[in-house]
Amino acid sequence: MKYKYKVGCSIENLKGVRDFIRTSLRQHSVPDLQIGEIVLALDEMCSNLMIHAHHCNADELFEINITIGKESPIIFEIIDDGTVFDINQFIEPELGNIIHEKRKGGLGIRLVKSIMDKIEYHKRDGKNVCRLVKAVSFN
Amino acid sequence: MIHIKRLQEDGVDIVALVGEIDASSSIELDLAIARSVGEGFIKILVDCSALEYISSAGLGVFMSYIEEFKDKNISMVLFGMNDKVANTFQILGLNELLQITQSKDQAKQLIHEV
Repeated sequence: MKYKYKVGCSIENLKGVRDFIRTSLRQHSVPDLQIGEIVLALDEMCSNLMIHAHHCNADELFEINITIGKESPIIFEIIDDGTVFDINQFIEPELGNIIHEKRKGGLGIRLVKSIMDKIEYHKRDGKNVCRLVKAVSFN
Repeated sequence: MIHIKRLQEDGVDIVALVGEIDASSSIELDLAIARSVGEGFIKILVDCSALEYISSAGLGVFMSYIEEFKDKNISMVLFGMNDKVANTFQILGLNELLQITQSKDQAKQLIHEV
């Protein structure tokens, strides 16, 4: 099964992104706690994209695809045409430094890396595709 | 969407979070805590029993107060998280850095000890 969602880059739309992912995964008996983690990881990726690559411009759209079959893993794709920010190249600050410097960034990337099994970037038809892979244990 | 309610019991400020905290609403959490501190409360309980979701933007708000609270001798205890929300704190190990209890009674006990 494939699920598609197109959304403008306003952070007000993050709720819609979460609802789309939740609703799609619930149809495939993914355990609740895993749905929660996946929703969180995608929210973090999308909010980063909206804020940093598209400056919260609601007129700029991007696409989320979910490919889910009978077998694990689930494949998520985030497709846009902004500036690519490869989180694999980002070294997260130590938690201690985040506290000390009162930084509010860096936590989201740490979450995504903890939750997802693989994060890859490539180009397709002139667009950026960020592919996230997550193994799940179906109920 | 987040609704934040505040009430005071025995000199403790209770900040109740109702709904979801993400990048668009974390500012509300920041303002509520700042208000509590601004009003001079040194014991703050955060009621998470109706908190349905939190992303890193919300976690970052709690993290950003850790040092200030240490300097000002302010204590904060979070309580009542559902499993998913508790899991989000655990993934990052924030349960080690923040004071978190299951029930309100436990939270009250803890905040009066410190």
